[in-house]
Amino acid sequence: MAQAMTIAEKILARHAGLDEVTPGQLIECDLDIVHANDITAPIAIDVCREISSRVFDPEKVVLVPDHYAPNKDIKSAEQVKKLRDFAYEQKLAHYFEIGCMGVEHALLPEQGIVVPGDLTIGADSHTCTYGALGAFSTGMGSTDVGVAFATGRAWFKVPPSIQVVLEGEFCPDVYAKDLILTLIGMLGVDGALYQAIEFTGPAVQSISMDGRFTISNMAIEAGAKVGLFEVDDVTRAYMNGRAQRAWTEYHPDEEAHYAKTIRMNLGEIGPTVALPHLPSNTVPAASCAELEIDQAVIGSCTNGRIEDMRVAAEILRGHTVAEGVRCIIIPATQDVYRRCVHEGLMDVFLDANCAVSTPTCGPCLGGHMGVLAAGERAISTTNRNFVGRMGHKSSEVVLASPAVAAASAIMGYVCTPAQVQ
Amino acid sequence: MLFKGKAITYGRDIDTDAIIAARYLNSSDMAELAEHCMEDIDPTFVERVQPGDIIVAGENFGCGSSREHAPSCIKAAGISCVVAKSFARIFFRNAINVGLPIMECPDAVDSVSDGDIVEVNADTGVISNLTTGQSWQGQAFPEFIQKIIEAGGLVARTKERM
Repeated sequence: MAQAMTIAEKILARHAGLDEVTPGQLIECDLDIVHANDITAPIAIDVCREISSRVFDPEKVVLVPDHYAPNKDIKSAEQVKKLRDFAYEQKLAHYFEIGCMGVEHALLPEQGIVVPGDLTIGADSHTCTYGALGAFSTGMGSTDVGVAFATGRAWFKVPPSIQVVLEGEFCPDVYAKDLILTLIGMLGVDGALYQAIEFTGPAVQSISMDGRFTISNMAIEAGAKVGLFEVDDVTRAYMNGRAQRAWTEYHPDEEAHYAKTIRMNLGEIGPTVALPHLPSNTVPAASCAELEIDQAVIGSCTNGRIEDMRVAAEILRGHTVAEGVRCIIIPATQDVYRRCVHEGLMDVFLDANCAVSTPTCGPCLGGHMGVLAAGERAISTTNRNFVGRMGHKSSEVVLASPAVAAASAIMGYVCTPAQVQ
Repeated sequence: MLFKGKAITYGRDIDTDAIIAARYLNSSDMAELAEHCMEDIDPTFVERVQPGDIIVAGENFGCGSSREHAPSCIKAAGISCVVAKSFARIFFRNAINVGLPIMECPDAVDSVSDGDIVEVNADTGVISNLTTGQSWQGQAFPEFIQKIIEAGGLVARTKERM
């Protein structure tokens, strides 16, 4: 019998064709999905061409133009065109044109392209999002991904795993985003460097798929390689009817070794924000009333899913955005957008004087669709608040949940839903 | 390989948005991107960097985005080597893949001041501060990674093995 292993170790061992692996071991693995976006794919495509005239499998190479798309300018248009031309030339099964496109890490799970048990790499750091499905997925650069376009393989250093045991229940107005911000605040931005995080415990079953995606998405902000959840009935219900392939469930062995175990009681977490300029710079949202905002952004691969839209709409309903504040709402995929229309959320947003955009990563990275001027401050449901992240180097980003972002948009300063008057 | 140059020092958690802001990533032209290297945290970098200079930084250098443009534009700006207390995981891979020499050595980082002349011997891993006369042993790469470096990056290594 093989030694006791964590979820990360089991998935990596399987894809390396080995019975067992141990942390620190360097292995080469077969990949299930390899993807890139309009910033990273242009370089990856050149790399792929240097090695081979064909991708290893047109079903398994995925291209999503989401960062500067819809095209921001001529340079962006050229980059996106490079993806499009390559996708058609290689007959890729999964290239998403504007109108079908979504923010990649919301789109790939939604479309059932990534499934539990997969080993996936993407040329985008938030590829760790699919850990929520029980898939080992991690971000790499364009060269690793370009080589994988050609070969379907990549090397990995098996990471040690940190176990995070979740207990208790969320209080009102507290969401998955508050949990992950709190954890990053505890660990620091390199607290999980080179490691996998495995979320477990009795509270996991009460966290929805959308919530799990938010949590796994930000594992990278603690330096982690992936943030994994065990497959359970919530995962199965999500995958049923959408998975494009059969999936494999990996469960950790009871005797598996963890580098450390952290216990978190959901009931002890409050609405939390990360102040400039690190995601680990967390404080209670209720303590920030002196922080006036110029803009609120609700969307992104972290918080642009339908549950996020519903939470934001519930708080915005019957209110309008504070004078002098721009509130930009970006459903992360075309499907989320459509559901916002069907569920009447769009009316709530429009009545509240919010601007609603077609899916794009745009403002999260200071790309387009909501760039900040010098000295401006945004509250945002995105994932990074580094210097200059959303615009001018003297602008500031406060990271928050959709609930806190919507409440802040109404009041014009950083606050919780309970503080909305 | 021997690298010698003036140290340009930074603190911890230098993120990839600081190294090259995403607002410039509608281009993949590294010479163009190099003109904006470190712009938001150190507007003087581009003016003072000389070919061969060495970045010396704290923990978690290159955290954040997976953009390979970060190590590539540091290289295009003329930096010969980055010495840090630790590197963020994706940046580490990217640097190896694009041929930007990197070295982890916490002790050296604590004892190098901005402007000191530093020498890094990539073969032996010895880092020397020629201004103060001190030297340290940096961490060696595993053989697997050493082979990627020796081949000239991941693309060359992959072709070699095909």
